[in-house]
Amino acid sequence: MPSFDIEVKIMPRAGLLDPQGKAVGQALSALEFESVGDVRVGRAISISLERPDRETALADAREMCDRLLANPVTEDYEVVVESAS
Amino acid sequence: MTRVAVVKFPGSNCDEDTLRSVQGAGAEAFYVWHREESLGNADVVILPGGFAYGDHLRAGAIARFSPVMRAVEAHAAAGGPVLGICNGFQILCEAGLLDGALVRNACLTFLSRPVRIRVESVDTPFTNAYSSGAEFDVPIAHGEGRFLAREEELRDIEEQGRVVMRYVDDNPNGSENAIAGIRNRPGNVVGMMPHPERAADPLLGETRGKFVFESLVKTVEALPGGSP
Repeated sequence: MPSFDIEVKIMPRAGLLDPQGKAVGQALSALEFESVGDVRVGRAISISLERPDRETALADAREMCDRLLANPVTEDYEVVVESAS
Repeated sequence: MTRVAVVKFPGSNCDEDTLRSVQGAGAEAFYVWHREESLGNADVVILPGGFAYGDHLRAGAIARFSPVMRAVEAHAAAGGPVLGICNGFQILCEAGLLDGALVRNACLTFLSRPVRIRVESVDTPFTNAYSSGAEFDVPIAHGEGRFLAREEELRDIEEQGRVVMRYVDDNPNGSENAIAGIRNRPGNVVGMMPHPERAADPLLGETRGKFVFESLVKTVEALPGGSP
Protein backbone atom coordinates (compact mmCIF):
# COMPACT_ATOMS: atom_id res chain seq x y z
CA MET A 1 0.00 0.00 0.00
CA PRO A 2 1.34 3.49 -0.79
CA SER A 3 2.82 5.52 2.03
CA PHE A 4 2.09 9.18 2.61
CA ASP A 5 3.74 11.81 4.75
CA ILE A 6 1.12 13.99 6.37
CA GLU A 7 2.08 17.40 7.68
CA VAL A 8 -0.50 19.07 9.89
CA LYS A 9 -0.10 22.73 10.78
CA ILE A 10 -2.21 23.91 13.70
CA MET A 11 -2.49 27.63 14.45
CA PRO A 12 -4.40 29.72 16.96
CA ARG A 13 -7.64 30.81 15.29
CA ALA A 14 -7.38 34.12 13.44
CA GLY A 15 -8.38 37.00 15.67
CA LEU A 16 -7.61 35.20 18.92
CA LEU A 17 -5.05 36.77 21.19
CA ASP A 18 -1.92 34.63 20.96
CA PRO A 19 0.15 35.58 24.00
CA GLN A 20 2.92 33.18 23.04
CA GLY A 21 3.28 34.74 19.60
CA LYS A 22 3.26 38.19 21.18
CA ALA A 23 6.03 37.23 23.61
CA VAL A 24 8.13 35.79 20.78
CA GLY A 25 7.55 38.96 18.74
CA GLN A 26 8.74 41.10 21.64
CA ALA A 27 11.82 38.92 22.05
CA LEU A 28 12.65 39.31 18.34
CA SER A 29 12.36 43.08 18.68
CA ALA A 30 14.57 42.91 21.77
CA LEU A 31 17.16 41.17 19.58
CA GLU A 32 16.96 44.28 17.39
CA PHE A 33 15.33 42.61 14.40
CA GLU A 34 13.62 45.56 12.79
CA SER A 35 9.98 45.85 11.74
CA VAL A 36 8.81 42.55 13.18
CA GLY A 37 5.06 42.41 12.56
CA ASP A 38 2.53 39.92 13.84
CA VAL A 39 4.06 36.71 15.22
CA ARG A 40 1.91 33.66 15.92
CA VAL A 41 2.95 30.35 17.42
CA GLY A 42 1.28 27.05 16.54
CA ARG A 43 2.37 23.46 16.25
CA ALA A 44 3.29 21.03 13.50
CA ILE A 45 2.50 17.33 13.56
CA SER A 46 3.99 14.78 11.11
CA ILE A 47 2.21 11.51 10.53
CA SER A 48 3.21 8.58 8.32
CA LEU A 49 0.16 6.94 6.85
CA GLU A 50 -0.36 3.93 4.57
CA ARG A 51 -3.50 4.41 2.51
CA PRO A 52 -4.69 3.18 -0.91
CA ASP A 53 -4.57 6.69 -2.37
CA ARG A 54 -3.94 10.33 -1.64
CA GLU A 55 -7.64 11.23 -1.27
CA THR A 56 -8.16 8.65 1.47
CA ALA A 57 -4.99 9.81 3.24
CA LEU A 58 -6.22 13.42 3.16
CA ALA A 59 -9.72 12.51 4.34
CA ASP A 60 -8.35 10.48 7.25
CA ALA A 61 -5.88 13.20 8.23
CA ARG A 62 -8.70 15.74 8.29
CA GLU A 63 -10.79 13.46 10.47
CA MET A 64 -7.80 13.11 12.84
CA CYS A 65 -7.66 16.90 13.09
CA ASP A 66 -11.39 17.23 13.70
CA ARG A 67 -11.50 14.54 16.36
CA LEU A 68 -8.22 15.01 18.22
CA LEU A 69 -5.37 17.06 16.80
CA ALA A 70 -7.01 20.50 16.74
CA ASN A 71 -9.51 22.14 19.04
CA PRO A 72 -12.12 23.78 16.80
CA VAL A 73 -12.92 26.40 19.45
CA THR A 74 -9.43 27.87 19.45
CA GLU A 75 -7.46 26.47 16.53
CA ASP A 76 -7.43 26.25 12.71
CA TYR A 77 -5.53 23.60 10.85
CA GLU A 78 -4.03 22.90 7.42
CA VAL A 79 -3.14 19.48 6.08
CA VAL A 80 -0.50 18.76 3.43
CA VAL A 81 -0.16 15.25 1.99
CA GLU A 82 3.05 14.17 0.22
CA SER A 83 3.91 10.77 -1.21
CA ALA A 84 6.56 9.24 1.02
CA SER A 85 9.90 8.95 -0.73
CA MET B 1 -25.29 7.82 51.74
CA THR B 2 -24.40 9.91 48.71
CA ARG B 3 -21.92 8.01 46.55
CA VAL B 4 -19.24 10.06 44.79
CA ALA B 5 -16.80 8.69 42.20
CA VAL B 6 -13.48 10.52 41.94
CA VAL B 7 -11.94 9.56 38.60
CA LYS B 8 -8.19 8.97 38.51
CA PHE B 9 -6.31 9.43 35.27
CA PRO B 10 -2.58 8.83 34.85
CA GLY B 11 -1.34 12.24 35.99
CA SER B 12 -4.24 13.18 38.29
CA ASN B 13 -2.78 14.76 41.42
CA CYS B 14 -5.68 16.32 43.32
CA ASP B 15 -7.62 13.08 43.66
CA GLU B 16 -6.84 12.46 47.33
CA ASP B 17 -7.64 16.02 48.44
CA THR B 18 -10.88 15.78 46.50
CA LEU B 19 -11.75 12.40 48.00
CA ARG B 20 -11.16 13.71 51.52
CA SER B 21 -13.16 16.87 50.89
CA VAL B 22 -16.09 14.76 49.71
CA GLN B 23 -15.80 12.58 52.80
CA GLY B 24 -15.61 15.70 54.93
CA ALA B 25 -18.99 16.74 53.54
CA GLY B 26 -20.46 13.45 54.74
CA ALA B 27 -20.56 11.49 51.48
CA GLU B 28 -19.04 8.16 50.58
CA ALA B 29 -16.18 8.74 48.14
CA PHE B 30 -14.26 6.21 46.09
CA TYR B 31 -11.76 6.22 43.22
CA VAL B 32 -12.57 5.03 39.74
CA TRP B 33 -9.56 4.30 37.52
CA HIS B 34 -9.82 5.80 34.05
CA ARG B 35 -9.72 2.36 32.39
CA GLU B 36 -12.95 1.37 34.15
CA GLU B 37 -16.12 1.39 32.13
CA SER B 38 -18.48 1.75 35.08
CA LEU B 39 -18.84 4.43 37.75
CA GLY B 40 -19.85 1.96 40.44
CA ASN B 41 -23.38 3.28 40.95
CA ALA B 42 -22.10 6.74 41.81
CA ASP B 43 -24.64 9.52 42.33
CA VAL B 44 -22.03 12.16 41.50
CA VAL B 45 -18.79 12.10 39.47
CA ILE B 46 -15.81 14.39 40.00
CA LEU B 47 -12.90 14.72 37.59
CA PRO B 48 -10.12 16.07 39.81
CA GLY B 49 -7.20 18.31 38.99
CA GLY B 50 -3.81 17.25 37.73
CA PHE B 51 -2.09 16.72 34.41
CA ALA B 52 -3.87 13.75 32.85
CA TYR B 53 -1.62 12.22 30.19
CA GLY B 54 0.94 14.91 30.90
CA ASP B 55 -1.33 17.48 29.19
CA HIS B 56 0.15 16.22 25.90
CA LEU B 57 -1.25 17.83 22.76
CA ARG B 58 -3.70 19.97 24.81
CA ALA B 59 -4.81 19.68 28.43
CA GLY B 60 -7.59 17.09 28.53
CA ALA B 61 -7.37 16.20 24.82
CA ILE B 62 -6.25 12.60 25.37
CA ALA B 63 -7.98 11.94 28.69
CA ARG B 64 -11.36 12.57 27.10
CA PHE B 65 -10.95 9.31 25.17
CA SER B 66 -10.33 7.20 28.30
CA PRO B 67 -12.86 4.36 28.63
CA VAL B 68 -14.35 5.88 31.81
CA MET B 69 -15.41 8.95 29.85
CA ARG B 70 -18.15 6.97 28.07
CA ALA B 71 -19.65 6.26 31.49
CA VAL B 72 -19.21 9.92 32.50
CA GLU B 73 -20.96 11.04 29.30
CA ALA B 74 -23.84 8.60 29.95
CA HIS B 75 -24.12 9.79 33.57
CA ALA B 76 -24.23 13.41 32.41
CA ALA B 77 -26.77 12.66 29.67
CA ALA B 78 -29.03 11.05 32.28
CA GLY B 79 -28.89 14.25 34.33
CA GLY B 80 -26.36 13.01 36.88
CA PRO B 81 -24.17 15.65 38.51
CA VAL B 82 -20.61 15.92 37.11
CA LEU B 83 -17.95 18.31 38.39
CA GLY B 84 -14.62 19.00 36.73
CA ILE B 85 -12.00 20.81 38.78
CA CYS B 86 -9.07 22.44 36.94
CA ASN B 87 -7.77 19.64 34.69
CA GLY B 88 -11.21 18.05 35.11
CA PHE B 89 -12.76 21.24 33.67
CA GLN B 90 -10.33 21.06 30.75
CA ILE B 91 -11.33 17.43 30.13
CA LEU B 92 -15.07 18.26 30.21
CA CYS B 93 -14.54 21.03 27.63
CA GLU B 94 -12.48 18.74 25.38
CA ALA B 95 -15.19 16.09 25.71
CA GLY B 96 -17.82 18.59 24.60
CA LEU B 97 -19.74 18.25 27.88
CA LEU B 98 -19.11 21.95 28.47
CA ASP B 99 -18.78 24.78 25.95
CA GLY B 100 -15.58 26.63 25.28
CA ALA B 101 -11.93 25.80 25.82
CA LEU B 102 -9.13 26.53 28.28
CA VAL B 103 -5.93 27.81 26.73
CA ARG B 104 -2.55 29.09 27.87
CA ASN B 105 -2.77 31.81 30.52
CA ALA B 106 -2.47 35.26 28.96
CA CYS B 107 0.57 35.92 31.18
CA LEU B 108 2.16 32.70 29.82
CA THR B 109 3.23 31.57 33.28
CA PHE B 110 1.88 28.82 35.50
CA LEU B 111 -0.13 30.45 38.28
CA SER B 112 -0.29 28.93 41.75
CA ARG B 113 -1.84 31.31 44.25
CA PRO B 114 -5.13 32.18 45.92
CA VAL B 115 -7.63 34.27 43.98
CA ARG B 116 -10.97 35.75 45.00
CA ILE B 117 -14.01 34.36 43.23
CA ARG B 118 -17.70 35.19 43.30
CA VAL B 119 -20.41 32.54 43.06
CA GLU B 120 -22.64 33.76 40.23
CA SER B 121 -25.04 30.85 40.00
CA VAL B 122 -26.29 28.90 43.00
CA ASP B 123 -28.62 26.92 40.77
CA THR B 124 -26.22 23.98 40.30
CA PRO B 125 -25.59 20.74 42.21
CA PHE B 126 -22.18 22.10 43.26
CA THR B 127 -23.07 25.61 44.38
CA ASN B 128 -26.53 25.39 45.96
CA ALA B 129 -25.10 25.59 49.49
CA TYR B 130 -23.67 29.06 48.74
CA SER B 131 -25.61 32.28 48.96
CA SER B 132 -25.82 34.04 45.62
CA GLY B 133 -22.95 36.48 45.16
CA ALA B 134 -20.85 34.87 47.89
CA GLU B 135 -17.14 35.65 47.55
CA PHE B 136 -14.24 33.64 48.87
CA ASP B 137 -10.54 33.05 48.35
CA VAL B 138 -9.50 29.84 46.71
CA PRO B 139 -6.25 28.60 45.18
CA ILE B 140 -5.70 28.30 41.45
CA ALA B 141 -2.88 26.19 40.05
CA HIS B 142 -2.83 26.09 36.27
CA GLY B 143 -0.94 27.00 33.12
CA GLU B 144 -3.94 26.67 30.80
CA GLY B 145 -6.86 28.37 32.50
CA ARG B 146 -7.84 31.14 30.14
CA PHE B 147 -11.46 30.41 29.29
CA LEU B 148 -12.40 31.12 25.68
CA ALA B 149 -15.55 30.43 23.72
CA ARG B 150 -16.86 31.37 20.29
CA GLU B 151 -18.61 34.73 20.33
CA GLU B 152 -22.12 33.23 20.05
CA GLU B 153 -21.31 30.54 22.65
CA LEU B 154 -20.07 33.14 25.08
CA ARG B 155 -23.21 35.23 24.56
CA ASP B 156 -25.37 32.15 25.25
CA ILE B 157 -23.37 31.27 28.36
CA GLU B 158 -23.89 34.77 29.75
CA GLU B 159 -27.52 35.19 28.70
CA GLN B 160 -28.53 31.81 30.06
CA GLY B 161 -26.85 32.51 33.38
CA ARG B 162 -24.40 29.66 32.92
CA VAL B 163 -21.42 31.44 34.45
CA VAL B 164 -21.11 29.68 37.81
CA MET B 165 -18.07 31.54 39.15
CA ARG B 166 -16.14 34.64 38.20
CA TYR B 167 -12.79 36.04 39.29
CA VAL B 168 -13.19 39.22 41.32
CA ASP B 169 -10.85 42.24 41.17
CA ASP B 170 -8.13 40.43 39.31
CA ASN B 171 -8.56 38.18 36.26
CA PRO B 172 -5.46 36.04 36.72
CA ASN B 173 -5.35 34.17 33.43
CA GLY B 174 -7.13 36.51 31.02
CA SER B 175 -10.37 34.48 30.82
CA GLU B 176 -13.21 35.98 28.78
CA ASN B 177 -15.44 37.98 31.15
CA ALA B 178 -13.27 36.76 34.07
CA ILE B 179 -15.04 33.40 33.92
CA ALA B 180 -13.74 30.90 36.50
CA GLY B 181 -16.48 28.29 36.14
CA ILE B 182 -19.45 27.45 33.93
CA ARG B 183 -22.24 24.92 33.67
CA ASN B 184 -23.99 23.15 30.81
CA ARG B 185 -27.55 24.04 29.73
CA PRO B 186 -29.41 21.61 32.03
CA GLY B 187 -27.09 22.65 34.86
CA ASN B 188 -25.92 19.21 35.99
CA VAL B 189 -22.38 19.52 34.58
CA VAL B 190 -20.08 22.14 36.11
CA GLY B 191 -16.45 22.99 35.47
CA MET B 192 -14.26 25.30 37.55
CA MET B 193 -10.58 26.23 37.40
CA PRO B 194 -10.08 27.05 41.13
CA HIS B 195 -9.49 24.23 43.61
CA PRO B 196 -12.23 24.10 46.27
CA GLU B 197 -10.61 20.98 47.74
CA ARG B 198 -7.64 23.17 48.69
CA ALA B 199 -9.91 25.52 50.63
CA ALA B 200 -12.03 23.04 52.55
CA ASP B 201 -10.17 22.48 55.81
CA PRO B 202 -9.30 24.86 58.68
CA LEU B 203 -5.67 23.72 58.37
CA LEU B 204 -5.60 25.32 54.93
CA GLY B 205 -6.75 28.68 56.22
CA GLU B 206 -9.89 28.95 54.09
CA THR B 207 -12.86 26.63 54.41
CA ARG B 208 -15.49 28.08 52.14
CA GLY B 209 -14.53 25.71 49.35
CA LYS B 210 -16.25 22.98 51.33
CA PHE B 211 -19.68 24.25 50.28
CA VAL B 212 -18.99 22.84 46.80
CA PHE B 213 -18.94 19.37 48.38
CA GLU B 214 -21.77 20.11 50.80
CA SER B 215 -23.83 21.25 47.80
CA LEU B 216 -23.52 17.91 46.09
CA VAL B 217 -24.62 16.05 49.22
CA LYS B 218 -27.59 18.42 49.59
CA THR B 219 -28.47 17.84 45.92
CA VAL B 220 -28.45 14.06 46.12
CA GLU B 221 -30.32 13.99 49.42
CA ALA B 222 -33.05 16.17 47.92
CA LEU B 223 -33.61 13.79 45.00
CA PRO B 224 -36.86 11.82 45.09
CA GLY B 225 -35.99 8.55 46.73
CA GLY B 226 -32.60 10.22 47.27
CA SER B 227 -29.86 8.84 49.31
CA PRO B 228 -30.78 6.55 52.19
